[in-house]
Amino acid sequence: MSKGTRKRGKAEGVGPAEAPRPVGGRGGPDGASAKVHAAQEHNVYLPVTATVTKIELEAGGARPIRTFTFEIDAPAEHARFLHRPGQFIIVSQFGTGESVFAISSFPNADGVIQVSAMKVGNVTGKMHELKVGDKVGLRGPYGNDFPVDAWKGKDMVFIGAGIGVSPVRSVYQWVLHPDHRKDYGNVTLIYGARTPADLAYKEEFAAIEARDDVDLWLCIDWAFGPKGPIEGDAQPGWPAINMKAPGETVVPEGKRRFTCFVPQLVEVVKPSPENAIVVTCGPPIAIKFITQALAKLGWTPSQIYTTLENRMKCGIGKCGRCNIGDIYVCKHGPVFTYEEVKRMVNEF
Amino acid sequence: MANTIRKDRIAQLVSRLTDYDVYGPVEEDGVFLYRRVTGPPPPGFTNSRVPPKSIFFPQTETMMEFEKDGTGHRFVGAREPERAARKILLLGGRPCDVRAATFLDRLFTWDYIDPYYVDKRERATVISFTCTGPMPNEQCFCPSMDGSPSGTEGADMLWTDLGDSYYVEALTPKGEAILSAGGDAFGKAGKKDAGAAKEVKAAADERITRRFDREGVAAALECLFDDPYWDTVSEPCLGCGICTLLCPTCHCFDINDVVRKGEGRRERTWDTCQAAYYSLHASGHNPRPGKKHRQRNRLYHKFLYIDRNLGIVGCVGCGRCIANCPVNIDIIEVAEGTKTCAEARREGAGADAKGAA
Repeated sequence: MSKGTRKRGKAEGVGPAEAPRPVGGRGGPDGASAKVHAAQEHNVYLPVTATVTKIELEAGGARPIRTFTFEIDAPAEHARFLHRPGQFIIVSQFGTGESVFAISSFPNADGVIQVSAMKVGNVTGKMHELKVGDKVGLRGPYGNDFPVDAWKGKDMVFIGAGIGVSPVRSVYQWVLHPDHRKDYGNVTLIYGARTPADLAYKEEFAAIEARDDVDLWLCIDWAFGPKGPIEGDAQPGWPAINMKAPGETVVPEGKRRFTCFVPQLVEVVKPSPENAIVVTCGPPIAIKFITQALAKLGWTPSQIYTTLENRMKCGIGKCGRCNIGDIYVCKHGPVFTYEEVKRMVNEF
Repeated sequence: MANTIRKDRIAQLVSRLTDYDVYGPVEEDGVFLYRRVTGPPPPGFTNSRVPPKSIFFPQTETMMEFEKDGTGHRFVGAREPERAARKILLLGGRPCDVRAATFLDRLFTWDYIDPYYVDKRERATVISFTCTGPMPNEQCFCPSMDGSPSGTEGADMLWTDLGDSYYVEALTPKGEAILSAGGDAFGKAGKKDAGAAKEVKAAADERITRRFDREGVAAALECLFDDPYWDTVSEPCLGCGICTLLCPTCHCFDINDVVRKGEGRRERTWDTCQAAYYSLHASGHNPRPGKKHRQRNRLYHKFLYIDRNLGIVGCVGCGRCIANCPVNIDIIEVAEGTKTCAEARREGAGADAKGAA
């Protein structure tokens, strides 16, 4: 029990537990985050102060989504916040509380952290009142990460639904970075939101659309009239697909914007499972249908990566609550393959 | 080489331990609780209502205080409160509770060090008392959980009641330090004392009547996750959470910000998996929406999950959850019941298979 050392993996005295596990099944690339945290000399619960440097409105409405850029004040702390794609961070609104967010920014040692937050509770409510120059607290990064190194040489397919694109963003930014792009094969990006206004990271997607080494597909939901969704195109330029048989939709040359849901768009795009990986995130219902669409196309659950979330307080496997069976989302996750997710107990 | 200490010299010993904050069991409103003390534990003290984990992991603890900006109105940072430097002595832990602290050690050092808990544990010396007098009582089942009423796991010293004196065994360097600090408050133990202590320990083992046959519980849990069994056993549950809050191995906590009179701090408090808010998402979704899910989580965590993650079983057999449950939910009955239930399900499945054939 020596202070200042961080043990990796399981605690001492753990017996072999690799027998078949009808209940649960620990998953996630084990201990990947240990690469980031060399030694824990600091109080793990104590946040460092960061300044809000940029706030962008991603989607409006009663539950707006904003992307916040934070810069950690003390340069000595910057290196500690170098994260890996998929990890999460805990943001403090001093005096209100803490909340957990997927880090959506590119891994950097400059102390710059971006999160996209929907206004739903106490802490996010306060966050949406923030102004540039205000102070927040940050601690982390925690959790495991997407095994981007093991994916070298593979084709990459990214599928994001709604604000779920946020954790996916940290991975496609990694893959599309000039230093890494050559390590991966074809890149396909599929993303959908309710309306064009709800599509997040607009400038970034405009830049991606202009690249010739990424195939970007976008979709929006139907327009709504007084009697529910209106059949047909939601907007000019966003043609509706053949919803009865999405796979048979005739795609006009170069057309990449449609009116449909993300799972149907996946069937339109028909990404090949050959030597490829899918990274997907979104609301649970979207994930369910996205994986079904992928299964139709021949994808296996072990090729599909996603992130899970649960209520958390500590973020480091001590406070309880975030477990799904014996899996702690904060420690064993948040990144899991769909195969691992299927093995978990039904406690979502 | 063991020692003894006469009961009338314990106050003198405590007075010599000037470096230590001494905690021991004190009777308040008919129950025992751990408080700062200056003298010996009361004769015949039973298991405390609240386990002594509260010394290392207080029910409420300030984690940090918030710093204000120049205007004095806005919080812009956080600093650790000053940590106490004095040593801690637990004079009179029962072996089950002391053993439970070693379980918490694993949890609070699992990959990440919890500085608040570890700091207090490192400053602490623990003296276990062999169960005598009314202990062990009808709730106790520590031998079924690999413990003993004279167990030494986690203890720096073990004291065994011999009537007018205690038989004193120093088990670690921290325990030896108490011997040195006590000086002539301690005496040398003779052969007669050693024999008497042995008898007291054997008598304590004899008095344990409850047995928990946990062989096969983990295997039964493996196949009962979605079983209606959990509806049945959780039916009387009120969701009060006392089973978890008073459990010496339960460690769940909540973290909350508190602002009073313009001063802000972050606190952690014990929390319970039996509360609905515990796992409630901000969206309103709850992965464990019903009491059956929460009771199930408690059992699975104690007898399956914590074993898989940390190699321990989350129960030391103190019996607090049984004694204090307002609706008499008995963890032994529920856990042993899983075996009967799993057996019945297997037979049912077998009968179905036969019927089909």
